[in-house]
Amino acid sequence: MDGFRYLNNVVTLALDQPTCTGCGRCVEVCPHQVFIIARGKAVLADRDACMECGACALNCPVKAITVDAGVGCAIGIISEWLRERKLSKGRYC
Amino acid sequence: MPCISSKLVYADHLGTCKARWGIGRMNYIVPPGLYACGAPDSGSPVVVTANYKMTYDAVRQALAGRNVWVLVLETFGINVWCAAGKGTFGTEELVRRVTSSELAKVVTHRRLVLPILGAPGVAAHEVTRRCGFTVSYATIHAVDLPKYLDNGMVTTPAMRALRFSWYDRLVLIPVEVVLELKSLAVISAVVLLACAAAGGLPVGMAAFVAYVGAALSGIVLGPLLLPWLPGKSFALKGAVVGLLWTCCFLLLTGGHWTPLATTAAFLILPSVSAYHTLNFTGCTTFTSRSGVRKEMRFGLPVMGISIVTGTLLLVLSRFIQG
Ligand code: SF4
Ligand code: SF4
Repeated sequence: MDGFRYLNNVVTLALDQPTCTGCGRCVEVCPHQVFIIARGKAVLADRDACMECGACALNCPVKAITVDAGVGCAIGIISEWLRERKLSKGRYC
Repeated sequence: MPCISSKLVYADHLGTCKARWGIGRMNYIVPPGLYACGAPDSGSPVVVTANYKMTYDAVRQALAGRNVWVLVLETFGINVWCAAGKGTFGTEELVRRVTSSELAKVVTHRRLVLPILGAPGVAAHEVTRRCGFTVSYATIHAVDLPKYLDNGMVTTPAMRALRFSWYDRLVLIPVEVVLELKSLAVISAVVLLACAAAGGLPVGMAAFVAYVGAALSGIVLGPLLLPWLPGKSFALKGAVVGLLWTCCFLLLTGGHWTPLATTAAFLILPSVSAYHTLNFTGCTTFTSRSGVRKEMRFGLPVMGISIVTGTLLLVLSRFIQG
């Protein structure tokens, strides 16, 4: 997306190429053109553009992709931290 | 079969306005189910959408003059992107609606057209396994649907590109303001009372305006000026609008502040703005949660320390004056 880039080298996206069948689903679902298919396999062409939405991992029929997807707002993450430390049982959203 | 009109009337626009401000959001829900747009037959495409008013309106407007089936999922009045994240726009609900609407008897083909931003909730291969329909992720924006249909239902790279225009960001802001209203009201009341108690009503009012201005700068200006603010970090972008606000505030109030109070303002106000702009990451479609976590691990302590230091300076200046 032109003009909008977020931090580099932070995302948890990982691709297990040997498992990949090259079906192209990940290319179809990713809104940030992170994947391309080269020689019958998916390749991470622009890993830093990933927003960790989880679409590729959920739609990969052979589970070759992993990513830690979830809420990305500050309040959501704070309440998650609180829950992890058992300081609050509250849920956000 | 219910038919839908693809023209928006005044009441629709009014409803959109109200829904954006979060007023009676639940009254603008479209009942889930299968709808006919135009005069579709057994070969017409099936477009899947959410029962969020604005999404639904965008889809039916885009499909004006065409014969298409529209399958509306129950997302409880939430847009496709957020509903997919929560899983309400998801495999379960899609399979349930396909089954309950007896879609397999209505159309002879076995293909569903979904918005790309619904993909975080839907596992296409699971849908096929469970109800026999294949899933095609068509476009990101509803306005591109006609082009997609005319293009033989093939997505071009342009239809897959996200846009996040000034206007897209603008329409997100009212909800943010409404969501923050409660905490804003409480904190600003505390600021007003504490400062008025310490230095009299004029000081209290000034502190109130300074705080509310800083919060609104972070909530409204930060997101609007996003691409033009320096850096990639949202906290940093927020701190910059906060700095601008602090300068404006000091100039507007005549600048007759003690050096201690001025320093305090520069410590506290940008931190407040930074926090609010950082929170906008939840509304964007390009920030990753790992990135936000990183910003927060570093940013929250910095904001906390500067707010505490600033407050101590204010107390100190009170004693020096007193
Ligand atoms: S969806 Fe999975 S199997 Fe298909 S190309 Fe992508 S990584 Fe490979
Ligand atoms: S998680 Fe989302 S943004 Fe990241 S690569 Fe997968 S589909 Fe693209």
